[in-house]
Amino acid sequence: MDAIQFIYLVPLLPLVGFLINGLGRKTLSKSLIGLIGSGVIFLSFCISVLIFIAVSKEGFTTQDIQYFDFINVGKLNIPFEFQVDQLTSLFLLIITGVGFLIHVYSTSYMKEETQSGYGRYFSYLNLFVFSMLLLVLGGNYLIMFMGWEGVGLCSYLLIGFWFKEQENNNAAKKAFVMNRIGDVGFLLGIFWLISSFGTISYHDLYNSSNGIITSISAINSPAIVAITLLLFVGACGKSAQIPLYTWLPDAMAGPTPVSALIHAATMVTAGIYMIARSNILYSLAPTTLDVIAVIGTLTAIVAATIAIKQNDIKKVLAYSTVSQLGYMFLGLGVGAYSAAVFHVMTHAFFKALLFLGAGSVIHAMGGEQDITKMGGLGKKMRVTYITFFIACIAISGIPPFSGFFSKDEILSAAYASNPLLYYIGLGGALLTAFYMFRLLALTFAGKFRGTEDQLHHVHESNATITIPLVILAVLAAVGGLVGIPEVFVKNGNKLNDFLSPVFAHSAQIIASQEVPHQTEIILMIVSVILIITTSVWAWKKYKEYQPGTGEESVFGKAIKNKFYVDEVYDRIIVKPLNALSRLLDNVIDKKGIDGIVNGVGRGVNYGSRQLRLLQSGQVGSYILLMVIGMLLLFIIQLFTK
Amino acid sequence: MEIKWYLFLSIALFCIGMIGALTRRNSIIVFMCIELMLNSVNLLLIAFSKMHMATVNAFGTSMATSAQIFVFFIMIVAAAEVTVGLAIIVMMYRNTHSIDINFLNRLKN
Repeated sequence: MDAIQFIYLVPLLPLVGFLINGLGRKTLSKSLIGLIGSGVIFLSFCISVLIFIAVSKEGFTTQDIQYFDFINVGKLNIPFEFQVDQLTSLFLLIITGVGFLIHVYSTSYMKEETQSGYGRYFSYLNLFVFSMLLLVLGGNYLIMFMGWEGVGLCSYLLIGFWFKEQENNNAAKKAFVMNRIGDVGFLLGIFWLISSFGTISYHDLYNSSNGIITSISAINSPAIVAITLLLFVGACGKSAQIPLYTWLPDAMAGPTPVSALIHAATMVTAGIYMIARSNILYSLAPTTLDVIAVIGTLTAIVAATIAIKQNDIKKVLAYSTVSQLGYMFLGLGVGAYSAAVFHVMTHAFFKALLFLGAGSVIHAMGGEQDITKMGGLGKKMRVTYITFFIACIAISGIPPFSGFFSKDEILSAAYASNPLLYYIGLGGALLTAFYMFRLLALTFAGKFRGTEDQLHHVHESNATITIPLVILAVLAAVGGLVGIPEVFVKNGNKLNDFLSPVFAHSAQIIASQEVPHQTEIILMIVSVILIITTSVWAWKKYKEYQPGTGEESVFGKAIKNKFYVDEVYDRIIVKPLNALSRLLDNVIDKKGIDGIVNGVGRGVNYGSRQLRLLQSGQVGSYILLMVIGMLLLFIIQLFTK
Repeated sequence: MEIKWYLFLSIALFCIGMIGALTRRNSIIVFMCIELMLNSVNLLLIAFSKMHMATVNAFGTSMATSAQIFVFFIMIVAAAEVTVGLAIIVMMYRNTHSIDINFLNRLKN
């Protein structure tokens, strides 16, 4: 019980930090704001570590902590509750740990903001972490939904942080609207859960002894398939999967540490968490799992393809995130839940590192984000270069760095389920290696291609920026060692063992298909050789890159323009919607409704002007009218009897 | 005498009064016509009370009494109305030197 009874402090501290920084943004000094902003997250991290230790003790069982009744209507009772288990504690560590490093990094990165902007930034950042913590701590879907909406709101606020530029506002709005589309699905899923099971508490649904869902044995019942699909729509929006992924690359409009926070610690992993949390429900709906696997694979390959032609350093990383999220969904879709969570963890390390490294580069280049105008920065920025290099190796999946283990676990699970998924996934992994080393070569190798001014300005960033980079680099390098495949070390997959209670019931439903160890080793060797070859090739190809005027092929152009997805969405959804709104505005509203309202007014005005003539002031005419009225009353009386 | 003659007389008086009130402009004549109408109703009430003299009401007394009490009411109301009305006419004459009812249409517009 020890540490777990203080669990409420984990989200409460960032909330307090948000309030202090938000209210005191005009009075507190910058260093104090930075201290409070990072300090609360650090405290949360410390408590999370204690909780993690408590959870990993022998004999720990899932704990359900109820605080008060939140919604109590008729038979439906939704308490405000937290649930602590292995999955939660792991996510707590990722969110607060990586979040803390990003906060520290931000104190230096955002130094040039005005004082109130600085306070605003840190308060949003704290609120973001708070929402995400609420999301993973919640003991039922409603609490999760609150956090879910909270991260949506914070992403809107932070993407549009520099709101004086319309472009940033548009990106923020796009992120918000795309998320809302997903949220509708998520909300409908929750409603459906309530109406079919009468509860949305994880405890009641997934309890291993008498949970409602746990005791269902029917596979693919229509209600469960529908619920899981609706929840998956929500996950698609939040975790940027086809068809709702277009907001994530645009979300680069925000400050770089925010991108790191969105991509690594918070927000996009919410969808993965939600599905991993509902794993029993999903395991009962193999149809949905197939859909998830297909969408995940498609997203992985499409986003990776787009990434190879992008020239904005942050856009490359954004598409890479979309692609990596695709892998996580592929893992979920083939039932390898713990592999997906493992990838969330390693991805958090190397993607945060990549974004923070990119931020360091952008900082040194004075705001330049175009990699064709960089080059040769490796000599001037040693720490950034080396850490970025480690991250590249990690994300490409070269052993023994972290990405290799998690990606390999997902891919081998995919192979067991359907070799086609494996081949496409491997193709995506090769593309990943290609675009990452292209990015690395263009940024850090070769000659400098920017202006003289920028060349003089280039310098290594200071310690508050480089220290988080180094810590993350270490994590990205060794983070994979918690999940060494069985092939190499017996019982090496510590993470899998740690998470196994959460996924125990699913493992019973989905008969786990093991790849023979020999096949697994062959697959591994082949994929590693291919990846290394691709990486070296990409590095060689772009090392001495000079901006040329080479004609683009049609396909290259399509990739460069992100397959025109934004344009297509604009054409088939945004434009018709706008046209419809204009029609409603002009015809229905201005002519119809306004016409009725104004017409009633005009009619009354006209009628009263006519009736006024009756008030002639002639006493005789009044009497006459009175007599006529009475006669009418008599006549009515006569004929109604 | 049959009751219908009383009815005819009373209707005739009422109609005369009504037509007078509608057509004449002299306020005193209008006033007199109103009195005529009231009294025609009184006549009717008295006639019916005579007719129902033998009928017994819910309290065990004759129905005639209530009609006659009603007549007194009307007379009293008429008397009160006359005092107010005549006062108005006097004031009207003092201010306008006319007792034409159509003269007092200042509220119009």
